[in-house]
Amino acid sequence: MSISHAPPSAPEPDISEIPGKDGSLELEPLVPASSRRTRVPRWLRRTTGPVVLVLLWQVLSATGVLTSDVLASPGRIAEVGRDLIADGSLTSAMGTSLQRVAAGLLLGTLVGTGLALVSGLFRIGEDLVDAPVQMLRTVPFVGLIPLFIIWFGIGEAPKIAIITLGVTFPLYLNVYAGIRGVDSQLIEAGESLGLSRWGLVRHVVLPGALPGALTGLRYSLGIAWLALVFAEQVNADSGIGFLMVQARDFLRTDVIVVCLIVYAFLGLLADFVVRSLERLLLQWRPTFTGR
Amino acid sequence: MATDVHRPVTTRRNAPAVRVEGLTRSFDGRAVIDDLRLDVRQGEFVALLGRSGCGKSTLLRILAGLDRDIEGTVLVPRRKAVAFQSPRLMPWKKVWRNVLLGLPGKPGRPVADQALEEVGLGHRADAWPKTLSGGEAQRASLARALVREPDLLLLDEPFGALDALTRIKAQRLVGELWQRRGCAVLLVTHDVEEAVLLADRVLVMDDGVIAHEQHIDLDRPRDITDPRFAELRAGLLERLGVDTAAEAA
Repeated sequence: MSISHAPPSAPEPDISEIPGKDGSLELEPLVPASSRRTRVPRWLRRTTGPVVLVLLWQVLSATGVLTSDVLASPGRIAEVGRDLIADGSLTSAMGTSLQRVAAGLLLGTLVGTGLALVSGLFRIGEDLVDAPVQMLRTVPFVGLIPLFIIWFGIGEAPKIAIITLGVTFPLYLNVYAGIRGVDSQLIEAGESLGLSRWGLVRHVVLPGALPGALTGLRYSLGIAWLALVFAEQVNADSGIGFLMVQARDFLRTDVIVVCLIVYAFLGLLADFVVRSLERLLLQWRPTFTGR
Repeated sequence: MATDVHRPVTTRRNAPAVRVEGLTRSFDGRAVIDDLRLDVRQGEFVALLGRSGCGKSTLLRILAGLDRDIEGTVLVPRRKAVAFQSPRLMPWKKVWRNVLLGLPGKPGRPVADQALEEVGLGHRADAWPKTLSGGEAQRASLARALVREPDLLLLDEPFGALDALTRIKAQRLVGELWQRRGCAVLLVTHDVEEAVLLADRVLVMDDGVIAHEQHIDLDRPRDITDPRFAELRAGLLERLGVDTAAEAA
């Protein structure tokens, strides 16, 4: 080493002066995550938002900012809701609507998943199926209502057909993407383990596509309710949509809001079902679950 | 343990477990494996060394039957199993179901438990793969390979992603399992020490062929501090283009 020492006369560099006043580092405590988290249970936190909204709405109605012919107050709506349930009109309308959604969802799931399997699993299926589906997907399905009425009449068929159509495409896209997103290393591992073609599909491809499929199902459920509203406001004589059209003719904003709330709750219920499915079926997933 | 090697298949020692002749595999006209010849005897432990990109993993994939775009003769036993560098467990199946995946018939849980016990993972049979540590996942992958009772076990850098301590344990485990099972093993690795530690024979692959062959006659269990061990290691490193004299300086 040929580095010379500092001349003795030079003042010794006092590094102890730099960090803290008394020469020690300033330390900051790292708080354990458990003590940082609030003690409020999650379900309570999740319900806070909607409750605050309803309270605000009630306050606005009570102070006269929102007049009843624009929007009825929550209290009034609760009353009307009770009456509608009491005379059976709301429950029967809900029953009819639920049946339509269920039928459309079932058909759309079968068609969408079936097509996605064909084009996801086989390259020839992709060549034959994918292009037409991508074309049809861009046609706004609501615009097909007049055509469907001509084809299927004004009974249940056009309504279910519209819901089916709305449900099919998001499911198709997500299941297809799910299948094609399966890790090729896992496919190879499956092959090396001697899985047959069907075994690969069953044990590797389909479970791997499940997260995508459930995302598709969520989209589909949302669109199913949307399609239901459209379908039921055209030529319907039953169902929630029909109830709404009738209420519009009598300028009953309270009934309309009740129907909207029913739609919202059905949507929420559907979301809850999918969430539960996800928790049950995707517990293996090593993904980020939020802080 | 006695120093001689216990192997159940001593009677058929010289019967081949792998026969490869005139094997060629090209990617876009470039031959990664070029007229390769390879023989592995039953119960023999062969390590395959080579620089990255020399085609050793390709050779393993061909022997596993995963790559069929080949020319030449390749004879392998019907019962063979692979353990990859990453464990490749199906994340949606619990560990014991992963072990049984693809087995013919409908084998029960005890079969999986026994295989997991053998690799010291019996207590994690019910776990999801995401909860396993790297070493545990690799052992589960090993159990999945062994449960098939393979005549040929193909290992593609199975210890590459493990930390140093876990790797030593895993290497020891593979050595023990091989001695107990007596199957032929082809270990692809880039770790010369690992190759000398475990193999009967070390092959060095270069330019698409087996460029060098080295029998390892050291007694088992092997001692890496043995001067003969160091000599073999240095010789192989030199073959691979690493100058050990320069390394020591």
